Amino acid sequence: MDALLSSLVSVAFHGVAYGMILYVISVGLSVTMGLMGFTNLAHGVFAMAGGYILVSALSRFDLPFPLALALSFVLVAAVSVVLERLLYARLYGASELEQVLFTIGLIFMSVAVARMIFGTLQQPVELPESLKGPLALFGREFPIYRVFLIVFSSSMIAVLWFGVERTLWGAMVRAAVDNRAMAQAIGINTKRLFTITFAVGSGLAGLGGALGAEIIAIQPTYPFEQLVYFLIVVSVGGMGSLRGPFVAALLIGVTDTACKYWLPQFGAFFIYVATIGLLLWRPAGLFGKSA
Amino acid sequence: MSAVIETRDLCMRFGALTVAEKINFSLAPGDRHALIGPNGAGKTTFVNLLTGRLAPSSGRVFLGGKDVTALSQSARVKRGLGRTFQINTLFREMCVLDNVALGIAERRGLSGRLWRPACAHAAVREEATDLLASLGIADEAARRVVDLPYGKQRLVEIAIALGLRPTVLLLDEPAAGVPSLESERILRALDGLPAEIAILVIEHDMDLVFRFARRITVLVQGEILCEGSPEEIAGDERVQRVYLGERHA
Amino acid sequence: MNHPVGYAADSRLRWTEYLPWIVAIAVFFLLPNYLSLGARVLTFILFALSLDLIVGYAGIVTLGHAAFFGTGAYVAGILSAKLGLADPILQLLAGASAAGLLGLVTGAVILRTHGLAQLMLTLAVAAVCLEIANKATPVTGGADGLSGVTVAAIFGQFRFDMYGRTAYLWCLALVFAGWWLVRRLIYSPFGASLTGIRENRLRMQSIGAPVYLRLLTVYTIAAAIAGVAGVLLTQTNQFVGLNVLGFEPSGELLVMLILGGVGRLYGAFVGPLVFLIAQDYLARQFPEYWYFGIGLILVLVVLFARGGILGISDALLRRVRGRT
Repeated sequence: MDALLSSLVSVAFHGVAYGMILYVISVGLSVTMGLMGFTNLAHGVFAMAGGYILVSALSRFDLPFPLALALSFVLVAAVSVVLERLLYARLYGASELEQVLFTIGLIFMSVAVARMIFGTLQQPVELPESLKGPLALFGREFPIYRVFLIVFSSSMIAVLWFGVERTLWGAMVRAAVDNRAMAQAIGINTKRLFTITFAVGSGLAGLGGALGAEIIAIQPTYPFEQLVYFLIVVSVGGMGSLRGPFVAALLIGVTDTACKYWLPQFGAFFIYVATIGLLLWRPAGLFGKSA
Repeated sequence: MSAVIETRDLCMRFGALTVAEKINFSLAPGDRHALIGPNGAGKTTFVNLLTGRLAPSSGRVFLGGKDVTALSQSARVKRGLGRTFQINTLFREMCVLDNVALGIAERRGLSGRLWRPACAHAAVREEATDLLASLGIADEAARRVVDLPYGKQRLVEIAIALGLRPTVLLLDEPAAGVPSLESERILRALDGLPAEIAILVIEHDMDLVFRFARRITVLVQGEILCEGSPEEIAGDERVQRVYLGERHA
Repeated sequence: MNHPVGYAADSRLRWTEYLPWIVAIAVFFLLPNYLSLGARVLTFILFALSLDLIVGYAGIVTLGHAAFFGTGAYVAGILSAKLGLADPILQLLAGASAAGLLGLVTGAVILRTHGLAQLMLTLAVAAVCLEIANKATPVTGGADGLSGVTVAAIFGQFRFDMYGRTAYLWCLALVFAGWWLVRRLIYSPFGASLTGIRENRLRMQSIGAPVYLRLLTVYTIAAAIAGVAGVLLTQTNQFVGLNVLGFEPSGELLVMLILGGVGRLYGAFVGPLVFLIAQDYLARQFPEYWYFGIGLILVLVVLFARGGILGISDALLRRVRGRT
């Protein structure tokens, strides 16, 4: 009985940590798709880039961990601005097929670049000493890093939600997600709004990729393999919403961890089947708006 | 006289907003009816309720005496309901002939056939050409719709609906967006429509309405304000107050 | 410009339409050392034809078309390696039926949705298939794949020789059959209505077309054809592995199709031909540059040359004709 309780707590804990990472990465995708109507399948590339930046900063350049994390956000956001202005902006009115193909092309290119620079193996993450090892809480032991993950992600999420609920930028995003034409008609500079929002979303993806490098391994095939999960979070949570993907990400994180622990021979099977079922029941997602 | 299309206590609510309130409406064969009302009165919503694009909050729709409230758009079309859209809803990249032929082929039950090439069905092509000729645009048959001027596109819109040989035809602002030089062609087309079809026109163009309609219904904020002949409506104080303006007083 | 179909079109064979077959037969006699590559190209042409039906003609974006390809491939492999049934025609029928059935069942569900949910569902179905193949090791061989696939002689007469001659002709025959079927389909009234659905679904509903049923029909047919292509792959390689399922092969096929030109019937011929030949040559020499180049070409095609190779050749032809 005690062993069962112990594994339940462990699964819940690790599941929540994984779910938080999924959310931090995917929330940018949800907002991008809801705001710009752009199907960006290459979102995983930003997460992967953040992971590689962290790993390089830690092992090649010996930078302190906080700085490395900050870089993973800032650099990815900066690069995403360039990509958005030069490439993405041309395809805002394009058909879904063209957007899908374009972003697949980006995935191919980044996978190749990652392989060229970093090779095909998983990148090991050198955590700082302060974050290694176990932490004793409520009579159990939890890995410090995962606790840090949960705490740090929660604060990032809180900042994001505050930003969207309270700031002018957030209000404009919410307005434009709700009704783009109307937002333009009342003078919101949607071009700049898109760029800023895209940068924030991609930067968060980079940060999430870096933070979660231990949970979701950083390797060149990352964008292909993880795409399904990010899309599940967004489609099940509800495109364009903030809270929906949060619930979805936690659900997926916990369910996936539980399945991998207790039913490893089934793998991710149940997640996919559950997603199919959920989308049939609520095509707009749990918290999305129906068309 | 049995109604070709009829609604009973039709209501539509979006949350707290009521767009249609207990609408009782009917058309008899051969009617020439117009639906007018200020912007936002719910006219297009009403048409969408009639065609099945929207499901009503309550109330019923009848086609030829049968309850069609639960039927889809396609099913209602099969029962004789045709419509045009306020904004051109055409197959833009396809040629004019194909636009019309698709509807004709559906009506004839050919459209599901997998085997013989479409172009071998000469009867469909001939019927489409004749239809285009009756509207005066037969010479545009081979051109892509996207290459046509807006007024002619509007005629294609009407042609598609006519190809279905409907018993009821709903025309949503047929002259909308058409420059006044070209709208004469639309008017002539409307005049030439087969006499046995019941026609409901939604319009803002009062010249067209008074020229075409034998009866007019006025819709304001989802409710029918009044109904009558053009003279009765023109002389009705409430209608004048709502929106007609001095010219027709 | 898409391949013109409909009631005003001309469905007779143009002389250019004989070219692919002349080239295919010429390859058989003139390039006997390249027949295995040739069989691979033919397999993917068939696969691309099936995708073009869905994406190019019906206008449905799918990221999981490899699910049907992989189903056909694995059914053929399992029949042979696990059940000892080596007759190629039996494998073909079984693979096509299984893939078609999967297409019918998943299509019935997926086609009721649209937008992101629909895209996600196509991906989820492919992911489920990949996961099953990965985990059901006793049946599918898991991550190692299924080897020991044998293919008996066709009609008991034509054995699969080690030069790949029989395999090549077998693939060619099936591609011919698939091409003939697809061409008939797109020129038929059914095909014209598909184009209408792609162009303006609301309009099609407003002229009384049973849109959902039409889409389901074409989705099922396309799935069955993709299944046949999968069977061919297993039969020519005598092996089936996980690389026939999932997002990656679905994405690669989309690249091949867009490269050739979507919705043009022969884009499905040109695309795989160019892609696989280039891959065979370049990928061996410079694998990373190859992958990067494919991505770059895809981005450039979408931005500047949406009609693919055939679109570019069309534009050139128009300019040449404009001058004379």
